[in-house]
Amino acid sequence: MISDIGHGALAVGTVLAVYGSIASGVGARTGRPALIESAQYAALAVFTLVTGCLLLLSYAFLTFDFSVRYVAQQTNLSTPFYYRITAVWGALEGSILLWTWMVTLYTLLVVLRHRAQRDLYPWVLSVMLGIAAFFLLVMTIPAPPFERLTPVPLDGRGLNPLLEDTGMITHPVALYLGFTGFSVPFAFALAALITGRVGDAWITITRRWTIIAWYFLSLGLLIGGWWSYHVLGWGGYWAWDPVENAACMPWLTGTAFLHSAMIQERRRMLKLWNISLVILTFSLTIFGTFLTRSGIIASVHAFTQGSIGVFFLAFLAIVLLTAFGLLAWRWDRLRAEGELDSALSRESAFLLNNVFLVAAAFTVFFGTVFPLLSEAMRGVKVSVGAPFFNQVNVPLFLSLIFLMGVGPLIAWRRASVENLKRNFLGPVLVGVAAAAALHVVGVRSALALLSLGLTVFTTATIVLDFSRAARARMRAGSRFLPAIATLLLHHNRRYGGFAIHLGILIVAVGVTGSQAWSVQTEATLRHGEAVHLAGYQVRFDGLSAEEDSTHATVIGTFTVSNGHGTPTVMRPSKKFYPQESSPIAGVDYRMGLREDLYLVLGDFARDGSQATVKAHVNRLVSWIWIGGLVLTLGAILAIVPDPQRA
Amino acid sequence: MNRNAKFIAGGGVIAAALAYMIYAGVTQSAVYFITPSELRAAPVSGKAYRLGGIVVPGSVQWNPASLELAFTLSDGRGSVPVRHRGTPPDLFGEGRGAVVEGNWSREGHFTASLIMAKHSEDYKAPRGTSGAGYQDLIRTLEKDGSSR
Repeated sequence: MISDIGHGALAVGTVLAVYGSIASGVGARTGRPALIESAQYAALAVFTLVTGCLLLLSYAFLTFDFSVRYVAQQTNLSTPFYYRITAVWGALEGSILLWTWMVTLYTLLVVLRHRAQRDLYPWVLSVMLGIAAFFLLVMTIPAPPFERLTPVPLDGRGLNPLLEDTGMITHPVALYLGFTGFSVPFAFALAALITGRVGDAWITITRRWTIIAWYFLSLGLLIGGWWSYHVLGWGGYWAWDPVENAACMPWLTGTAFLHSAMIQERRRMLKLWNISLVILTFSLTIFGTFLTRSGIIASVHAFTQGSIGVFFLAFLAIVLLTAFGLLAWRWDRLRAEGELDSALSRESAFLLNNVFLVAAAFTVFFGTVFPLLSEAMRGVKVSVGAPFFNQVNVPLFLSLIFLMGVGPLIAWRRASVENLKRNFLGPVLVGVAAAAALHVVGVRSALALLSLGLTVFTTATIVLDFSRAARARMRAGSRFLPAIATLLLHHNRRYGGFAIHLGILIVAVGVTGSQAWSVQTEATLRHGEAVHLAGYQVRFDGLSAEEDSTHATVIGTFTVSNGHGTPTVMRPSKKFYPQESSPIAGVDYRMGLREDLYLVLGDFARDGSQATVKAHVNRLVSWIWIGGLVLTLGAILAIVPDPQRA
Repeated sequence: MNRNAKFIAGGGVIAAALAYMIYAGVTQSAVYFITPSELRAAPVSGKAYRLGGIVVPGSVQWNPASLELAFTLSDGRGSVPVRHRGTPPDLFGEGRGAVVEGNWSREGHFTASLIMAKHSEDYKAPRGTSGAGYQDLIRTLEKDGSSR
């Protein structure tokens, strides 16, 4: 029953999306508003249908409808209520459904917000419905979420226990809102090419959309790191895994676009570059899905096993050919009106920032597909791991932090020596002093000194700029707090951007600290024995067992003391799920601003007499999550409507 | 030098630097993915390998006190003794697949610095001990990356 309704709704949705896409395009071309209007209704209908499908699938999960194969695979009778909802997007079919729903949601929002806009809008609608049509097609042929399972099993297989985590509600949702959000600027860019209105209109209109997409993508990456850190139990938050890389690439190019768009707005340069970046970013979101969902990363030969890879590859080819074809067609109109005056200018700082971001994206791309290239060309599988990504990206990221300090303060067109001195002498001195102070305190890693010195330099530029502006306000008669408030609200774009930069800098401190100073050890302890690590004493006090509806847990009790304060008890565990052949680690950690103590229970004796424990002291990791919060505040500030211009 | 030439020169320098960094990165961190029989055929000591196979039943020796783990990986045609220091990961077990990263030591065993066995939503234990089962398994393990 549910199967039939779901299948039917998706099929109708596909047809309507295709119709709407064509109708809107034809309507724009022939000047028939009625057609465009019908496309709007199609968009509304598609959104309603996909929403219905999402609710229907959730209903199937809540009622344990094992006649739907996907439900039977992702849940069983003991899966708690809460995780039956998140299980909806726990695997391929459901995540495509969620993805499609978001595309149709964005389409509807574009209709609501921009339908008065006459020249670009119909084509935007056409492109967005085209994208939705593709995803609906994927759900009708290679990845049907409502596929029937006969005979209906009495119980399902159950959710992957690693996904039983609150991070799994927010992580995919944020990540997909980011991925799909880039379809809006992409659609506007294509509309600009089709109509030939490649001026600044599309950039201005999509500014807010781009920030929203970028923000959700950032949030998705951070929550992914958080999930990896507190669930996977290896002590880290980022592993340059292909799946992570897939999400990282569009983030890098999207970040580049956010910045280069400002140059076009201000100086009418980089038109071609901006359109290319948007096309690239959108294509990378599709490529990322292709990469992670087709199985191609495992092997070139695995690619042919499922048809979903073929669909995505074909779609990617269509997107790239159409977009770059249009770009070539409009080549003449894409010439820059302004030009670069000097290497010491805001334009060139932004341009350099773009070059480094795209270089980083290329590095990640290259490293991720390297095994495929080598297998296809030389027949041997060679992969490059985390050392490769770190080695190439760290210099790029450090340069970017430096440019983050330079870009917003350096003068447009040509910076005079006076300008440079006025804006950068102080921050440079502060940065150098900070590095020197850290050296005195005992920091010896050159990389950490460089990274923290640059971070302090860039923070100082932000503080300098803000305090200067606040003082100007106060000289005009405003008091301290009102001065800051008006500054933030009236120049929300600028200071939202600065707050985002501050968030990134805090994340950078966390990454630097955890890479440079984290330590770990592993030991097998008998009852009462202790292991020492970085001033902590971790004593093993025995094992206990617990059982609940979904799994059994073996818990190690460890008493932790660090010389001062009362000892605390930590309980890392191992969880045994009946549907899984192996246990899952239950990490226990104490978070702190300076460091986290992170315990993982390894092997243990069945009689509870001894246990192996892995202890990590991870330095400054909390800064990464705090940086994420600051970044969130900045993003909110940057997208609130400008009271002066709105 | 006119502006365009400067522009191209600058871009060229950056591109060359990036190309060099990528080249150096690849040569220094390339890891060769092989099976036990391939390693047996041409072992090169010191080269970084990712070795994938099935943990031979009965071969696992784990000494909790010294944290020494020893086992044999096989692909049905050849087998390689592996040594590792550290607790076996959760997914590790006899008769199951594992991918280990490390190098071939002159003493005649593989020294693993990392044992990879990660969970996936479609992980299935292989049936039988030869043929396609191995390939699929290794593929699953490769695809799912690593837990460390």
